[in-house]
Amino acid sequence: MILSAHAVFANIDLNAFWAQNSWIGEKLATATWETFYMVIICTALSYLFGLPLGVILVTTEAGHVLENRWVNRSLGVIVNATRSIPFIIFLILVIPFTRLVVGTSIGTTASMVPLTLAAIPFVARMVETSFKEIQWGLIEAAVSMGANAWQVIAKVLIPEAMPSIILGVAITTINLVSYSAMAGIVGGGGLGTLAYYYGYQRYEDLIMWATVIVLIIFVQCVQVLGDKMAARAINKRR
Amino acid sequence: MIEIKNLTKIYHTAHQDILALDDVSLSVKRGEIFGIIGLSGAGKSTLIRCINMLEKPTRGSIMVDGQDITLLKQQQLRTARQKIGIIFQQFNLLSSRTVFDNVKFPLEITGIPAQAARQRVEQLLDMVGLSDKARVYPEQLSGGQKQRVGIARALANDPKILLSDEATSALDPQTTRSILKLLKDINRQLNLTILLITHDMNVIKQICDRVAVINNSRIEEVGDVLSIFSNPQTPTAQSFIKAIINKDDPQEYRKDLIKQHGDKYSRLIRVSFIGASAGDPVISAMIKRFDVDANILHGNIDRVKDVPFGHLTLELIGSRSGVERSMSFLQDNGLDIEVL
Ligand SMILES: Nc1ncnc2c1ncn2[C@@H]1O[C@H](COP(=O)(O)OP(=O)(O)O)[C@@H](O)[C@H]1O
Ligand SMILES: [Mg+2]
Repeated sequence: MILSAHAVFANIDLNAFWAQNSWIGEKLATATWETFYMVIICTALSYLFGLPLGVILVTTEAGHVLENRWVNRSLGVIVNATRSIPFIIFLILVIPFTRLVVGTSIGTTASMVPLTLAAIPFVARMVETSFKEIQWGLIEAAVSMGANAWQVIAKVLIPEAMPSIILGVAITTINLVSYSAMAGIVGGGGLGTLAYYYGYQRYEDLIMWATVIVLIIFVQCVQVLGDKMAARAINKRR
Repeated sequence: MIEIKNLTKIYHTAHQDILALDDVSLSVKRGEIFGIIGLSGAGKSTLIRCINMLEKPTRGSIMVDGQDITLLKQQQLRTARQKIGIIFQQFNLLSSRTVFDNVKFPLEITGIPAQAARQRVEQLLDMVGLSDKARVYPEQLSGGQKQRVGIARALANDPKILLSDEATSALDPQTTRSILKLLKDINRQLNLTILLITHDMNVIKQICDRVAVINNSRIEEVGDVLSIFSNPQTPTAQSFIKAIINKDDPQEYRKDLIKQHGDKYSRLIRVSFIGASAGDPVISAMIKRFDVDANILHGNIDRVKDVPFGHLTLELIGSRSGVERSMSFLQDNGLDIEVL
């Protein structure tokens, strides 16, 4: 008797709570989805451009297959310059460009422009580091068999660095989650906007904490997935 | 097959210029196994890396099968490199590829059609005895197996020459022997010219036809392996030979021996032999003929390119004339005698 009464009371409480706060669930679901696709698309785009840049950064170094001092130096300077601008300033700096590309500077599509632009040089450096872990002897072996630069890149550099590149993708994705929240504060959409407008400006603690929990779970999942995929790429070789 | 003339290589570094090769000239004949031996830092790797232009020579010319490698343009050089096989001390196999795909790698570079490439790889793996490891990744192989893959890969495009940069230096002696045997078999089967560099005289001894001794960026001595072994001219060559020939120290037993047979005449000698005479029963003939005893104190026999080579420390005991005549008898039979 007592037990079932308890259950009924609990039920009523929960229902009431849900009725009051169901809009939170909807907002949260929409915002999570926005963040998710923003981050995934930005990661993909930043690799589309960052990977080739990383390849160029490495292969134009002295003694490498596309040795070119001038290209290497200039690209290095550009990459470093972009990376030294704090993201929050970068966001504002590229607003004219964002407007040019998507017609507005507000919303998820608009915030993908600065996110991708900021991630590209980061990715280029990550990829560069992955390539530099490869034993130089492997590259020399390929060259001494008569491989051209393209063959060295496609058959040695990228496949050999793959596990390390996969880990880099996970790190980039996680960074983009946090940067996307920053973009959210200036109207970029997703979980950042939600947390800022409801959690901060309207003192909705519940929203704040729900956002934090969703972000933790999301980042956790990305890292675990990244580790798993990298481990699989390595284990395949054992 | 390889004709190196006045090859000089200077490395320009931030602090200094390093003369790594100083006016090196060498000629390697078609089908021979030519060894270059030298201590660490002598310039061996630089020399071998110049032959496939991984290093650009400062001066000099390198003809490979009648073509001066140093004058080629990028595209021509890539084509020429496809015909120069090379194996490395650290194997340099791709960890992202199976054994099969590692051997296929140079065939992909030359653009051999997939079907023909597959057949070629199977044939090569069979040749190096690794057909059962085709689907395995290099990480699962022993050092010797890795080098076999390296050899198969180096032979994929039917090279005119095979270069070997300390290919057995990371291997244990037994594995080294099996890899050297494989190289020798390949040399015979394919009449492939092999140029190898090493710091280990054992490698030279086991498979080389001719050897060059490199020291301080210069070639000090070139010759037939047997003649370098029996008659090294330079201190460098002598020390390399000494290092592998396990000679005894006569001081250890000299005093005791002479005392023991005070009344009889005795002599401590070291007999060095090379070639066929080692196989003849010269010592036993001597014992019978001159009525002497031969007390064997130390012996060492080795093979240099299948020719017996070694020395024997003997104490000859008998009459004075018997011992003296025994010694001339040994000399007459082509043995080299040193009285200790
Ligand atoms: N890339 C390089 N830059 C500068 N000096 C080098 C380079 N490679 C080799 N050397 C120098 O050239 C000399 C010969 O080296 P190397 O050919 O590697 O000798 P070995 O293979 O006989 O040990 C050494 O003094 C070495 O330090
Ligand atoms: Mg070396």
